[in-house]
Amino acid sequence: MAAFSYLPKHSGSGEREAPTQLEIKLRRKARINAALRYFLLAAVGLVMVYPLIWLIGASFKTNSEMFSSPGFWPKNPTIQGYIDGWQTSTPYTFGRFFLNSLWIIIPKTIGTAISCTLVAYGFARFEFPGKKILFASVIATLLLPNVVTRIPQYLLFRDLGWLNTFLPLWVPSALAGDAFFVFMVIQFLRAIPRDMEEAARVDGANTLQTLVFIVVPMLMPALISVCLFQFMWTMNDFLGPLIYLSSVDKYPVSLALKLSIDTTEAFAWNQILAMSVLALAPSLAVFFMAQKYFIEGISTGGVKG
Amino acid sequence: MAELQLRGVEKTYGNGFKAVHGINLDVAEGEFMVLVGPSGCAKSTTLRMIAGLETITGGEVKIGEQVVNELVPGRRGIAMVFQNYALYPHMKVRRNLSFGLKLKRKPKAEIETATEEVSGILEIEQLLDRLPKQLSGGQAQRVALGRALIKHPEVFLFDEPLSNLDAKLRASMRVRITDLHKRLRDEGRPATVVYVTHDQVEAMTMGDRICVMKDGHIMQVADPTTLYERPANDFVAGFIGMPEMNLVKCVLTHDGALPVLTAGTQKITVAEGLAGRLSAQEGPVTLGIRPQHLQVVAPGTEGAFTGTVSNIEFLGHEVNLHVEVEGAQFVVVVPSAELDKKIGRGDQVGLRPLGASIHIFDAESGVNVSLPAD
Repeated sequence: MAAFSYLPKHSGSGEREAPTQLEIKLRRKARINAALRYFLLAAVGLVMVYPLIWLIGASFKTNSEMFSSPGFWPKNPTIQGYIDGWQTSTPYTFGRFFLNSLWIIIPKTIGTAISCTLVAYGFARFEFPGKKILFASVIATLLLPNVVTRIPQYLLFRDLGWLNTFLPLWVPSALAGDAFFVFMVIQFLRAIPRDMEEAARVDGANTLQTLVFIVVPMLMPALISVCLFQFMWTMNDFLGPLIYLSSVDKYPVSLALKLSIDTTEAFAWNQILAMSVLALAPSLAVFFMAQKYFIEGISTGGVKG
Repeated sequence: MAELQLRGVEKTYGNGFKAVHGINLDVAEGEFMVLVGPSGCAKSTTLRMIAGLETITGGEVKIGEQVVNELVPGRRGIAMVFQNYALYPHMKVRRNLSFGLKLKRKPKAEIETATEEVSGILEIEQLLDRLPKQLSGGQAQRVALGRALIKHPEVFLFDEPLSNLDAKLRASMRVRITDLHKRLRDEGRPATVVYVTHDQVEAMTMGDRICVMKDGHIMQVADPTTLYERPANDFVAGFIGMPEMNLVKCVLTHDGALPVLTAGTQKITVAEGLAGRLSAQEGPVTLGIRPQHLQVVAPGTEGAFTGTVSNIEFLGHEVNLHVEVEGAQFVVVVPSAELDKKIGRGDQVGLRPLGASIHIFDAESGVNVSLPAD
């Protein structure tokens, strides 16, 4: 839009003056520029989004049409893929797997939001012995590849008797195990002046009241981003459930998708694609609902850090 | 309302830096005390220690009869107004005002009455349902003031509350705050106030008494008139008053009973006003004389320094004349009407200090050695 800013502005009321030669020239140039830019953007955007469009189109194709026609538009649209896919080859429908996913995601997201806020508040606002070392170790876990801790973690949870339960998926996050989120909230907190918290303390609020009534509302954009990221990442997480969950009745969507590839001899691609489309839907829906706050959250946290 | 006492209060930071060096200060019940000083003089730190937002590393702070060193801010019976208002951004003005009372679990009806009363006093009734971001600076500051007022605290603390406002608004808020203080006093519930500012005009116009600070030490505590007329040392003398007091290195000798001041090669005998109130030995001193207390006379006049005019600032009803006397800069304020229009840059003029207004400061300690014994 900035390209239009140098155009002469006409007030809404009153007679318009006839544009001068220069104005006409500038306006034409701006229009051509804009057209060119939007064309390029649209073209690149289409290339990016095409696999997704193809996926949605293909989910309405029959299994035989899948690889015979390259276009995304199905010749004989059918929702058979959705019906069969939803039934699955297991005793459970996909509904069960969606519920499992939600049952993993919701406690994990809530736990993450609460624990990260508490830990970040502690690091950002209080002085305590060993703070530097503790903070350094939190950041160090950011740099640690996840794979490294898989086996020790597995052994730990096995000894606790938590295998084939959701606990290994919930507990680390509920104890602020996601250093990235802690770091993100800390950066956001650092950008917020302390005056409001001091005012609250003078008003008689204790530390917890200050956190709940003053800090959390101001942190909202950051917390929404945290929840969104956690929601999407958990929805898409494959390895975690794969390692810790062994019975099919506990499988989340991500594992269930793989299941339909494993158990049938001939892959029913249309069913897999149909269920993939459904698996995408929650993340997309949540993202678009919270988009405004989400962008506010990551941009503020990032720039002002 | 209660009195406030600071006894040997110290602040040493974790890195060993000592910001406040054992200060003693008494603020009487209902008194408006201004802490003033250049930036970095620890006036805000002192205020924050009173508020409980900084830990006190030595000495004690007493509000009323209670030592409050170990109390959290909410229990000290204080209310504070911050420089950038510190309104809670997500709460409407009404909730901003009542937040403190709600935390104290006051009954709803009482909170509502108090909110109405305070918003009436500060004329913010029409703002009650707005968010802080919809307020102008002056309105936000009034809300911040209301948030303090509603609690009926023992002591009000102000941390440079007007420095974010433009000059015009600052002047009107200044009057509003002092009016409010007087009004509370008249209504029989005097408010003890500690007000921090770096602006000496605010300090002089608002304070019952002023505490001038420098580098974590108190330089002088006195009412505005005393501070202006009888500064305890050269720092206070230079800090209070506009333009600044002229402070010039001199040598003090005596000619019989009359004091003689020598600046560079020039010698003046102060015929009247100074003799009899000097407690200093002869020797190097600092001469302090306010720009308003210098007379412009013909060069070479008896009892006057002779110098060269280096700059003339016309301010309307008066003129600031900058005069250089052997390397020392003097500023003289002359009413426009009385200034000889022929005087221009580079001209020679004589400057005669009015003897009764001369201050002599010890060259090393800076202490005023010319205060009359009373």
